Amino acid sequence: MNWKLLLNPTRTPRRSPHWTAYASMAAALLGWWLISHFAGLPAFILPAPEQVAARFWKALVDGSLLLHTTATLTEVLLGLLAGTVAAVTLGYAIAKSRLFEQLVSPYLVATQAIPIVAIAPLLVIWFGPGIFSKVLICALIVFFPVLVNTVVGMRAVPRSLHDLMHSLRATRWQILHMLEIPASLPVLLGGLRIGATLSVIGAVVGELVGSDRGLGFLVNVGRGQYDTALVFVAVFTLIALALALYGLVSFLERKLLIWQETFER
Amino acid sequence: MTDPILTVHDLSITFPDRNGELHALDTVSFTIQPREFVCVLGPSGSGKSTLLRILASLLKPTSGSFSFTGGEPKIGMVFQQSNLMPWRTALENITLPLEIQGFPADVAHARAQELIDLVGLQGFESSWPRDLSGGMAQRVAIARALIHDPDILLLDEPFGSLDALTRERMWTELSHIWQRRQKTVLMVTHSISESLFLADRVLVLTQRPGRIKLDLGVDLPRPRADEMRYTAHFGKLARQLKEAIG
Repeated sequence: MNWKLLLNPTRTPRRSPHWTAYASMAAALLGWWLISHFAGLPAFILPAPEQVAARFWKALVDGSLLLHTTATLTEVLLGLLAGTVAAVTLGYAIAKSRLFEQLVSPYLVATQAIPIVAIAPLLVIWFGPGIFSKVLICALIVFFPVLVNTVVGMRAVPRSLHDLMHSLRATRWQILHMLEIPASLPVLLGGLRIGATLSVIGAVVGELVGSDRGLGFLVNVGRGQYDTALVFVAVFTLIALALALYGLVSFLERKLLIWQETFER
Repeated sequence: MTDPILTVHDLSITFPDRNGELHALDTVSFTIQPREFVCVLGPSGSGKSTLLRILASLLKPTSGSFSFTGGEPKIGMVFQQSNLMPWRTALENITLPLEIQGFPADVAHARAQELIDLVGLQGFESSWPRDLSGGMAQRVAIARALIHDPDILLLDEPFGSLDALTRERMWTELSHIWQRRQKTVLMVTHSISESLFLADRVLVLTQRPGRIKLDLGVDLPRPRADEMRYTAHFGKLARQLKEAIG
Protein backbone atom coordinates (compact mmCIF):
# COMPACT_ATOMS: atom_id res chain seq x y z
CA MET A 1 0.00 0.00 0.00
CA ASN A 2 1.35 3.37 -0.97
CA TRP A 3 0.71 5.67 1.95
CA LYS A 4 1.92 8.84 0.29
CA LEU A 5 -0.49 8.34 -2.56
CA LEU A 6 -3.38 7.84 -0.20
CA LEU A 7 -2.83 11.19 1.40
CA ASN A 8 -2.09 13.06 -1.78
CA PRO A 9 -3.28 10.98 -4.68
CA THR A 10 -3.11 13.25 -7.70
CA ARG A 11 0.07 15.17 -7.13
CA THR A 12 2.63 12.72 -5.85
CA PRO A 13 4.72 10.74 -8.29
CA ARG A 14 4.27 6.99 -7.89
CA ARG A 15 6.88 5.55 -5.58
CA SER A 16 6.96 2.51 -3.36
CA PRO A 17 6.32 3.38 0.29
CA HIS A 18 9.27 4.39 2.28
CA TRP A 19 10.66 1.87 4.76
CA THR A 20 9.96 4.39 7.55
CA ALA A 21 6.21 3.83 7.10
CA TYR A 22 6.66 0.12 7.77
CA ALA A 23 9.08 0.78 10.62
CA SER A 24 6.59 3.10 12.28
CA MET A 25 3.79 0.54 12.00
CA ALA A 26 6.03 -2.17 13.42
CA ALA A 27 6.93 0.11 16.33
CA ALA A 28 3.26 0.79 17.07
CA LEU A 29 2.51 -2.93 17.05
CA LEU A 30 5.41 -3.58 19.39
CA GLY A 31 4.20 -0.83 21.73
CA TRP A 32 0.74 -2.35 21.78
CA TRP A 33 2.18 -5.80 22.52
CA LEU A 34 4.33 -4.43 25.35
CA ILE A 35 1.45 -2.53 26.99
CA SER A 36 -0.98 -5.43 26.74
CA HIS A 37 1.51 -7.86 28.28
CA PHE A 38 3.20 -5.74 30.93
CA ALA A 39 0.71 -3.06 31.97
CA GLY A 40 -1.46 -5.58 33.80
CA LEU A 41 -4.63 -4.65 31.92
CA PRO A 42 -7.36 -7.30 31.59
CA ALA A 43 -8.10 -8.56 28.05
CA PHE A 44 -11.54 -6.91 27.99
CA ILE A 45 -9.81 -3.54 28.34
CA LEU A 46 -6.91 -4.12 25.97
CA PRO A 47 -6.52 -7.43 24.18
CA ALA A 48 -3.03 -8.38 22.98
CA PRO A 49 -2.26 -8.23 19.25
CA GLU A 50 -2.08 -12.03 19.01
CA GLN A 51 -5.49 -12.34 20.71
CA VAL A 52 -6.99 -9.96 18.16
CA ALA A 53 -5.33 -11.91 15.35
CA ALA A 54 -6.78 -15.16 16.70
CA ARG A 55 -10.24 -13.59 16.99
CA PHE A 56 -9.90 -12.30 13.45
CA TRP A 57 -9.06 -15.76 12.20
CA LYS A 58 -12.02 -17.27 14.04
CA ALA A 59 -14.47 -14.70 12.65
CA LEU A 60 -13.05 -15.24 9.21
CA VAL A 61 -13.35 -19.02 9.35
CA ASP A 62 -16.89 -19.13 10.74
CA GLY A 63 -17.98 -16.71 8.01
CA SER A 64 -19.35 -14.04 10.35
CA LEU A 65 -16.75 -11.44 9.40
CA LEU A 66 -17.49 -11.82 5.72
CA LEU A 67 -21.25 -11.62 6.36
CA HIS A 68 -21.00 -8.41 8.36
CA THR A 69 -18.42 -6.81 6.09
CA THR A 70 -20.60 -7.51 3.06
CA ALA A 71 -23.61 -6.00 4.83
CA THR A 72 -21.72 -2.81 5.69
CA LEU A 73 -20.10 -2.56 2.26
CA THR A 74 -23.51 -2.89 0.57
CA GLU A 75 -24.93 -0.06 2.69
CA VAL A 76 -21.87 2.08 2.08
CA LEU A 77 -21.91 1.64 -1.68
CA LEU A 78 -25.67 2.06 -2.10
CA GLY A 79 -25.62 5.13 0.15
CA LEU A 80 -22.66 6.58 -1.73
CA LEU A 81 -24.41 6.00 -5.03
CA ALA A 82 -27.74 7.46 -3.92
CA GLY A 83 -26.14 10.44 -2.19
CA THR A 84 -23.87 11.19 -5.14
CA VAL A 85 -26.63 10.97 -7.73
CA ALA A 86 -28.89 13.25 -5.70
CA ALA A 87 -26.08 15.70 -4.92
CA VAL A 88 -24.80 15.93 -8.49
CA THR A 89 -28.29 16.46 -9.88
CA LEU A 90 -29.19 19.12 -7.34
CA GLY A 91 -25.72 20.67 -7.53
CA TYR A 92 -26.00 21.02 -11.29
CA ALA A 93 -29.38 22.77 -10.93
CA ILE A 94 -27.95 25.09 -8.28
CA ALA A 95 -24.92 25.95 -10.37
CA LYS A 96 -27.13 26.73 -13.36
CA SER A 97 -29.83 28.80 -11.66
CA ARG A 98 -29.33 31.57 -9.12
CA LEU A 99 -33.04 31.55 -8.36
CA PHE A 100 -33.01 27.84 -7.55
CA GLU A 101 -29.94 28.35 -5.40
CA GLN A 102 -31.69 31.07 -3.40
CA LEU A 103 -34.75 28.85 -3.00
CA VAL A 104 -33.00 25.74 -1.70
CA SER A 105 -29.82 26.96 -0.04
CA PRO A 106 -31.43 27.89 3.33
CA TYR A 107 -32.71 24.30 3.65
CA LEU A 108 -29.40 22.83 2.59
CA VAL A 109 -27.51 24.86 5.15
CA ALA A 110 -30.08 23.95 7.80
CA THR A 111 -29.70 20.23 7.11
CA GLN A 112 -25.99 20.62 7.59
CA ALA A 113 -26.59 22.07 11.04
CA ILE A 114 -28.31 18.83 12.14
CA PRO A 115 -25.74 16.31 13.41
CA ILE A 116 -26.39 13.06 11.59
CA VAL A 117 -25.65 11.10 14.76
CA ALA A 118 -28.60 12.84 16.44
CA ILE A 119 -31.15 12.01 13.76
CA ALA A 120 -29.92 8.51 13.02
CA PRO A 121 -32.17 7.02 15.77
CA LEU A 122 -35.11 8.85 14.27
CA LEU A 123 -34.43 7.43 10.83
CA VAL A 124 -34.13 3.92 12.26
CA ILE A 125 -37.47 4.38 14.07
CA TRP A 126 -39.11 5.58 10.89
CA PHE A 127 -37.59 3.23 8.38
CA GLY A 128 -36.85 0.17 10.50
CA PRO A 129 -33.63 -1.60 11.45
CA GLY A 130 -33.12 -2.99 7.93
CA ILE A 131 -30.76 -1.87 5.21
CA PHE A 132 -32.88 1.06 4.01
CA SER A 133 -32.35 3.29 7.04
CA LYS A 134 -28.55 2.73 6.80
CA VAL A 135 -28.45 3.56 3.11
CA LEU A 136 -30.41 6.71 3.86
CA ILE A 137 -27.98 7.77 6.58
CA CYS A 138 -25.02 7.13 4.27
CA ALA A 139 -26.68 9.08 1.47
CA LEU A 140 -27.40 12.02 3.76
CA ILE A 141 -23.86 12.19 5.06
CA VAL A 142 -22.39 11.90 1.54
CA PHE A 143 -24.80 14.41 0.07
CA PHE A 144 -23.42 17.74 1.22
CA PRO A 145 -19.71 17.50 0.37
CA VAL A 146 -20.52 16.09 -3.07
CA LEU A 147 -23.11 18.82 -3.62
CA VAL A 148 -20.70 21.59 -2.69
CA ASN A 149 -18.01 20.16 -4.94
CA THR A 150 -20.45 19.81 -7.82
CA VAL A 151 -21.46 23.45 -7.55
CA VAL A 152 -17.85 24.61 -7.25
CA GLY A 153 -16.78 22.42 -10.17
CA MET A 154 -19.60 23.53 -12.47
CA ARG A 155 -19.06 27.19 -11.63
CA ALA A 156 -15.36 26.86 -12.34
CA VAL A 157 -15.89 25.94 -16.00
CA PRO A 158 -14.20 28.80 -17.88
CA ARG A 159 -16.58 31.19 -19.61
CA SER A 160 -14.30 31.28 -22.63
CA LEU A 161 -14.88 27.55 -23.20
CA HIS A 162 -18.62 28.13 -22.96
CA ASP A 163 -18.16 30.83 -25.61
CA LEU A 164 -16.29 28.36 -27.79
CA MET A 165 -19.06 25.78 -27.52
CA HIS A 166 -21.75 28.37 -28.25
CA SER A 167 -19.84 29.72 -31.25
CA LEU A 168 -19.86 26.14 -32.60
CA ARG A 169 -23.61 25.91 -31.99
CA ALA A 170 -23.25 23.05 -29.53
CA THR A 171 -26.45 21.70 -28.01
CA ARG A 172 -27.20 21.77 -24.27
CA TRP A 173 -26.39 18.07 -24.07
CA GLN A 174 -23.10 18.47 -25.95
CA ILE A 175 -22.08 21.29 -23.63
CA LEU A 176 -22.85 19.03 -20.67
CA HIS A 177 -20.90 15.98 -21.75
CA MET A 178 -18.12 17.60 -23.79
CA LEU A 179 -17.44 20.55 -21.52
CA GLU A 180 -19.12 20.71 -18.13
CA ILE A 181 -18.60 17.13 -16.98
CA PRO A 182 -14.94 16.78 -17.97
CA ALA A 183 -14.13 20.29 -16.73
CA SER A 184 -15.64 19.72 -13.31
CA LEU A 185 -14.49 16.11 -12.95
CA PRO A 186 -11.40 16.89 -10.82
CA VAL A 187 -13.45 18.74 -8.21
CA LEU A 188 -16.27 16.20 -8.45
CA LEU A 189 -13.94 13.27 -7.79
CA GLY A 190 -12.47 15.19 -4.88
CA GLY A 191 -15.96 15.33 -3.40
CA LEU A 192 -16.47 11.63 -4.05
CA ARG A 193 -13.22 10.85 -2.26
CA ILE A 194 -14.47 12.64 0.86
CA GLY A 195 -17.92 11.10 0.43
CA ALA A 196 -16.55 7.55 0.27
CA THR A 197 -14.99 7.73 3.74
CA LEU A 198 -17.98 9.59 5.17
CA SER A 199 -20.27 6.89 3.86
CA VAL A 200 -18.46 4.29 5.99
CA ILE A 201 -19.05 6.46 9.04
CA GLY A 202 -22.73 6.79 8.15
CA ALA A 203 -23.18 3.03 7.85
CA VAL A 204 -21.55 2.37 11.22
CA VAL A 205 -23.61 5.07 12.94
CA GLY A 206 -26.80 3.51 11.57
CA GLU A 207 -25.74 0.00 12.58
CA LEU A 208 -24.83 1.09 16.10
CA VAL A 209 -28.27 2.61 16.53
CA GLY A 210 -30.11 -0.50 15.51
CA SER A 211 -29.46 -3.43 13.21
CA ASP A 212 -28.85 -7.16 13.17
CA ARG A 213 -25.83 -7.19 10.92
CA GLY A 214 -22.88 -5.12 9.79
CA LEU A 215 -19.54 -4.18 11.33
CA GLY A 216 -21.20 -1.58 13.58
CA PHE A 217 -23.46 -4.35 14.86
CA LEU A 218 -20.36 -6.49 15.43
CA VAL A 219 -18.87 -3.71 17.56
CA ASN A 220 -22.05 -3.71 19.65
CA VAL A 221 -21.96 -7.49 20.03
CA GLY A 222 -18.32 -7.48 21.05
CA ARG A 223 -18.94 -4.73 23.59
CA GLY A 224 -21.96 -6.52 25.07
CA GLN A 225 -20.08 -9.78 25.49
CA TYR A 226 -16.87 -8.20 26.81
CA ASP A 227 -15.28 -9.65 23.66
CA THR A 228 -13.06 -6.61 23.14
CA ALA A 229 -10.90 -8.48 20.65
CA LEU A 230 -13.96 -8.70 18.41
CA VAL A 231 -14.43 -4.92 18.71
CA PHE A 232 -10.84 -4.52 17.55
CA VAL A 233 -11.43 -6.87 14.63
CA ALA A 234 -14.48 -4.87 13.55
CA VAL A 235 -12.65 -1.56 13.89
CA PHE A 236 -9.66 -2.73 11.89
CA THR A 237 -11.93 -4.11 9.19
CA LEU A 238 -13.70 -0.76 9.02
CA ILE A 239 -10.38 1.03 8.63
CA ALA A 240 -9.43 -1.33 5.83
CA LEU A 241 -12.79 -0.78 4.17
CA ALA A 242 -12.51 3.01 4.28
CA LEU A 243 -8.94 2.90 2.98
CA ALA A 244 -9.93 0.57 0.15
CA LEU A 245 -12.75 2.90 -0.94
CA TYR A 246 -10.50 5.92 -0.70
CA GLY A 247 -7.86 4.10 -2.71
CA LEU A 248 -10.44 3.14 -5.32
CA VAL A 249 -11.52 6.75 -5.85
CA SER A 250 -7.87 7.84 -5.95
CA PHE A 251 -7.23 5.18 -8.57
CA LEU A 252 -10.18 6.50 -10.59
CA GLU A 253 -8.77 10.01 -10.30
CA ARG A 254 -5.40 8.93 -11.61
CA LYS A 255 -6.97 7.09 -14.54
CA LEU A 256 -9.48 9.79 -15.49
CA LEU A 257 -7.38 12.86 -14.81
CA ILE A 258 -4.22 11.73 -16.54
CA TRP A 259 -4.27 15.01 -18.49
CA GLN A 260 -3.63 17.12 -15.42
CA GLU A 261 -0.93 15.02 -13.84
CA THR A 262 2.16 17.09 -13.20
CA PHE A 263 5.39 15.42 -14.07
CA GLU A 264 8.70 16.44 -12.66
CA ARG A 265 10.89 17.45 -15.54
CA MET B 1 -17.78 43.62 -56.84
CA THR B 2 -19.47 40.41 -55.78
CA ASP B 3 -22.12 40.11 -53.09
CA PRO B 4 -20.77 40.64 -49.60
CA ILE B 5 -20.65 37.60 -47.35
CA LEU B 6 -21.37 39.72 -44.30
CA THR B 7 -23.41 42.90 -44.03
CA VAL B 8 -23.42 44.81 -40.76
CA HIS B 9 -25.98 47.55 -40.45
CA ASP B 10 -26.12 50.24 -37.74
CA LEU B 11 -25.02 47.91 -34.96
CA SER B 12 -25.19 49.43 -31.47
CA ILE B 13 -24.89 47.88 -28.05
CA THR B 14 -25.12 49.25 -24.55
CA PHE B 15 -24.45 47.32 -21.36
CA PRO B 16 -26.08 48.07 -18.03
CA ASP B 17 -23.46 49.55 -15.75
CA ARG B 18 -23.11 50.78 -12.17
CA ASN B 19 -23.41 54.39 -13.28
CA GLY B 20 -26.19 53.86 -15.77
CA GLU B 21 -25.22 52.52 -19.17
CA LEU B 22 -22.06 51.63 -20.96
CA HIS B 23 -22.28 52.47 -24.63
CA ALA B 24 -19.89 50.02 -26.29
CA LEU B 25 -20.71 50.23 -29.99
CA ASP B 26 -22.48 52.99 -31.87
CA THR B 27 -24.11 52.51 -35.28
CA VAL B 28 -21.36 50.38 -36.78
CA SER B 29 -21.90 49.52 -40.44
CA PHE B 30 -19.66 47.72 -42.92
CA THR B 31 -19.60 44.81 -45.36
CA ILE B 32 -17.09 42.07 -45.98
CA GLN B 33 -16.49 40.39 -49.33
CA PRO B 34 -15.91 36.66 -49.63
CA ARG B 35 -12.28 35.69 -49.01
CA GLU B 36 -11.47 39.16 -47.73
CA PHE B 37 -9.13 39.58 -44.76
CA VAL B 38 -10.40 42.46 -42.64
CA CYS B 39 -8.82 43.76 -39.47
CA VAL B 40 -10.68 45.76 -36.86
CA LEU B 41 -8.21 48.07 -35.21
CA GLY B 42 -8.86 50.16 -32.17
CA PRO B 43 -7.66 51.18 -28.72
CA SER B 44 -8.59 48.92 -25.83
CA GLY B 45 -12.13 49.53 -24.73
CA SER B 46 -13.31 50.44 -28.21
CA GLY B 47 -15.69 47.48 -28.33
CA LYS B 48 -13.69 45.43 -30.86
CA SER B 49 -14.16 42.17 -29.03
CA THR B 50 -17.79 43.03 -28.39
CA LEU B 51 -18.29 43.37 -32.13
CA LEU B 52 -16.82 39.91 -32.67
CA ARG B 53 -18.95 38.41 -29.92
CA ILE B 54 -22.07 39.87 -31.50
CA LEU B 55 -21.19 38.40 -34.90
CA ALA B 56 -20.61 35.01 -33.27
CA SER B 57 -24.09 35.30 -31.70
CA LEU B 58 -22.62 35.25 -28.21
CA LEU B 59 -24.17 38.65 -27.54
CA LYS B 60 -27.33 40.31 -28.76
CA PRO B 61 -26.99 43.87 -30.12
CA THR B 62 -29.20 46.56 -28.60
CA SER B 63 -30.13 47.79 -32.05
CA GLY B 64 -29.09 47.31 -35.64
CA SER B 65 -28.58 44.06 -37.49
CA PHE B 66 -26.12 41.88 -39.33
CA SER B 67 -26.63 39.13 -41.84
CA PHE B 68 -24.53 36.51 -43.52
CA THR B 69 -25.23 35.53 -47.10
CA GLY B 70 -26.75 32.08 -47.12
CA GLY B 71 -28.27 32.17 -43.65
CA GLU B 72 -26.74 30.93 -40.45
CA PRO B 73 -22.97 30.76 -41.00
CA LYS B 74 -20.49 28.25 -39.69
CA ILE B 75 -18.07 30.16 -37.52
CA GLY B 76 -14.47 29.44 -36.68
CA MET B 77 -13.33 31.42 -33.70
CA VAL B 78 -9.86 31.97 -32.24
CA PHE B 79 -9.60 33.66 -28.88
CA GLN B 80 -6.95 35.72 -27.16
CA GLN B 81 -5.92 32.70 -25.11
CA SER B 82 -5.71 29.43 -26.99
CA ASN B 83 -8.77 28.25 -25.08
CA LEU B 84 -8.02 24.56 -25.51
CA MET B 85 -9.72 21.88 -23.47
CA PRO B 86 -6.98 20.62 -21.15
CA TRP B 87 -8.48 17.11 -21.02
CA ARG B 88 -8.18 16.67 -24.77
CA THR B 89 -4.99 16.04 -26.68
CA ALA B 90 -3.96 18.47 -29.43
CA LEU B 91 -5.62 16.28 -32.06
CA GLU B 92 -8.79 15.81 -30.02
CA ASN B 93 -9.03 19.56 -29.52
CA ILE B 94 -8.89 20.05 -33.26
CA THR B 95 -11.63 17.50 -33.95
CA LEU B 96 -14.07 19.14 -31.48
CA PRO B 97 -16.08 21.17 -34.02
CA LEU B 98 -16.60 18.10 -36.19
CA GLU B 99 -17.70 16.04 -33.20
CA ILE B 100 -20.27 18.72 -32.41
CA GLN B 101 -21.52 18.49 -35.97
CA GLY B 102 -21.77 14.72 -35.66
CA PHE B 103 -19.04 13.63 -38.08
CA PRO B 104 -17.75 10.07 -37.67
CA ALA B 105 -14.51 9.84 -35.72
CA ASP B 106 -12.37 8.54 -38.60
CA VAL B 107 -13.33 11.44 -40.88
CA ALA B 108 -12.66 13.91 -38.08
CA HIS B 109 -9.26 12.36 -37.40
CA ALA B 110 -8.23 12.38 -41.04
CA ARG B 111 -9.16 16.04 -41.40
CA ALA B 112 -7.46 16.96 -38.14
CA GLN B 113 -4.31 15.23 -39.34
CA GLU B 114 -4.33 17.38 -42.49
CA LEU B 115 -4.59 20.49 -40.35
CA ILE B 116 -1.84 19.30 -38.03
CA ASP B 117 0.35 19.22 -41.14
CA LEU B 118 -0.91 22.63 -42.27
CA VAL B 119 -0.05 24.34 -39.00
CA GLY B 120 3.20 22.40 -38.64
CA LEU B 121 2.49 20.40 -35.50
CA GLN B 122 3.49 16.95 -36.74
CA GLY B 123 4.52 14.81 -33.81
CA PHE B 124 2.43 16.70 -31.26
CA GLU B 125 -0.92 15.04 -32.07
CA SER B 126 -1.18 13.30 -28.73
CA SER B 127 0.37 16.03 -26.58
CA TRP B 128 -1.69 17.51 -23.76
CA PRO B 129 -2.27 21.27 -23.95
CA ARG B 130 -0.21 21.80 -20.77
CA ASP B 131 2.82 20.51 -22.67
CA LEU B 132 2.43 22.93 -25.60
CA SER B 133 4.11 26.34 -25.81
CA GLY B 134 1.96 29.43 -26.30
CA GLY B 135 2.63 29.53 -30.04
CA MET B 136 1.93 25.82 -30.49
CA ALA B 137 -1.30 26.06 -28.50
CA GLN B 138 -2.45 28.96 -30.65
CA ARG B 139 -1.69 26.91 -33.77
CA VAL B 140 -3.91 24.15 -32.42
CA ALA B 141 -6.60 26.78 -31.86
CA ILE B 142 -6.27 27.97 -35.46
CA ALA B 143 -6.49 24.40 -36.75
CA ARG B 144 -9.58 23.86 -34.61
CA ALA B 145 -11.16 27.00 -36.06
CA LEU B 146 -10.55 25.74 -39.60
CA ILE B 147 -11.56 22.09 -39.40
CA HIS B 148 -15.30 22.43 -39.98
CA ASP B 149 -14.68 24.57 -43.06
CA PRO B 150 -16.27 27.71 -41.60
CA ASP B 151 -17.79 30.47 -43.71
CA ILE B 152 -15.94 33.07 -41.70
CA LEU B 153 -13.04 33.11 -39.26
CA LEU B 154 -13.42 35.45 -36.30
CA LEU B 155 -10.07 36.08 -34.64
CA ASP B 156 -10.02 37.97 -31.36
CA GLU B 157 -6.45 39.24 -30.88
CA PRO B 158 -5.23 35.69 -31.40
CA PHE B 159 -1.56 36.55 -30.98
CA GLY B 160 -1.95 39.06 -28.17
CA SER B 161 -0.60 36.70 -25.53
CA LEU B 162 2.46 35.61 -27.52
CA ASP B 163 5.95 37.05 -27.35
CA ALA B 164 6.98 39.40 -30.15
CA LEU B 165 9.11 36.89 -32.10
CA THR B 166 6.52 34.14 -32.02
CA ARG B 167 3.83 36.64 -32.93
CA GLU B 168 5.59 37.74 -36.11
CA ARG B 169 6.22 34.14 -37.11
CA MET B 170 2.51 33.46 -36.62
CA TRP B 171 1.62 36.38 -38.93
CA THR B 172 3.50 34.74 -41.76
CA GLU B 173 1.92 31.39 -41.02
CA LEU B 174 -1.57 32.83 -40.79
CA SER B 175 -1.27 34.63 -44.12
CA HIS B 176 -0.02 31.37 -45.71
CA ILE B 177 -2.99 29.51 -44.29
CA TRP B 178 -5.36 32.24 -45.40
CA GLN B 179 -4.00 32.15 -48.95
CA ARG B 180 -4.19 28.39 -49.14
CA ARG B 181 -7.61 27.99 -47.57
CA GLN B 182 -9.27 31.02 -49.16
CA LYS B 183 -11.18 32.01 -46.04
CA THR B 184 -13.01 35.16 -45.11
CA VAL B 185 -11.36 36.54 -42.01
CA LEU B 186 -12.39 39.20 -39.53
CA MET B 187 -9.63 39.83 -37.04
CA VAL B 188 -9.56 42.13 -34.06
CA THR B 189 -6.23 43.64 -33.09
CA HIS B 190 -4.67 46.68 -31.51
CA SER B 191 -1.43 46.37 -33.43
CA ILE B 192 -0.99 48.57 -36.49
CA SER B 193 1.78 46.47 -38.00
CA GLU B 194 -0.20 43.28 -37.43
CA SER B 195 -3.16 44.71 -39.35
CA LEU B 196 -0.96 45.99 -42.19
CA PHE B 197 0.90 42.72 -42.43
CA LEU B 198 -2.26 40.64 -42.74
CA ALA B 199 -5.28 42.59 -43.90
CA ASP B 200 -6.83 43.64 -47.21
CA ARG B 201 -8.76 46.27 -45.32
CA VAL B 202 -8.51 47.85 -41.93
CA LEU B 203 -11.49 49.26 -40.03
CA VAL B 204 -10.49 51.69 -37.29
CA LEU B 205 -12.82 51.95 -34.31
CA THR B 206 -12.89 55.02 -32.08
CA GLN B 207 -12.69 55.07 -28.31
CA ARG B 208 -15.96 54.07 -26.60
CA PRO B 209 -18.60 54.19 -27.91
CA GLY B 210 -16.92 52.45 -30.84
CA ARG B 211 -17.67 53.95 -34.22
CA ILE B 212 -15.96 53.26 -37.50
CA LYS B 213 -13.63 56.15 -38.08
CA LEU B 214 -11.64 54.91 -41.05
CA ASP B 215 -12.06 52.16 -43.62
CA LEU B 216 -8.64 51.78 -45.21
CA GLY B 217 -7.75 49.48 -48.09
CA VAL B 218 -4.30 47.93 -47.73
CA ASP B 219 -2.83 47.65 -51.20
CA LEU B 220 0.53 46.21 -50.19
CA PRO B 221 1.57 43.35 -52.49
CA ARG B 222 1.40 39.77 -51.25
CA PRO B 223 3.10 37.71 -50.05
CA ARG B 224 4.13 40.34 -47.54
CA ALA B 225 7.58 39.95 -46.15
CA ASP B 226 9.28 41.50 -43.19
CA GLU B 227 11.23 44.03 -45.32
CA MET B 228 7.95 45.52 -46.52
CA ARG B 229 7.71 47.24 -43.17
CA TYR B 230 10.58 49.54 -44.08
CA THR B 231 8.99 50.79 -47.31
CA ALA B 232 7.60 54.29 -47.65
CA HIS B 233 4.14 53.03 -48.55
CA PHE B 234 3.90 50.94 -45.41
CA GLY B 235 4.96 53.96 -43.41
CA LYS B 236 2.30 56.09 -45.02
CA LEU B 237 -0.47 53.59 -44.29
CA ALA B 238 0.78 53.14 -40.74
CA ARG B 239 0.68 56.89 -40.20
CA GLN B 240 -2.88 57.10 -41.51
CA LEU B 241 -3.98 54.37 -39.08
CA LYS B 242 -2.09 55.95 -36.21
CA GLU B 243 -3.76 59.29 -36.81
CA ALA B 244 -7.20 57.68 -37.02
CA ILE B 245 -6.71 55.90 -33.70
CA GLY B 246 -5.61 59.22 -32.22
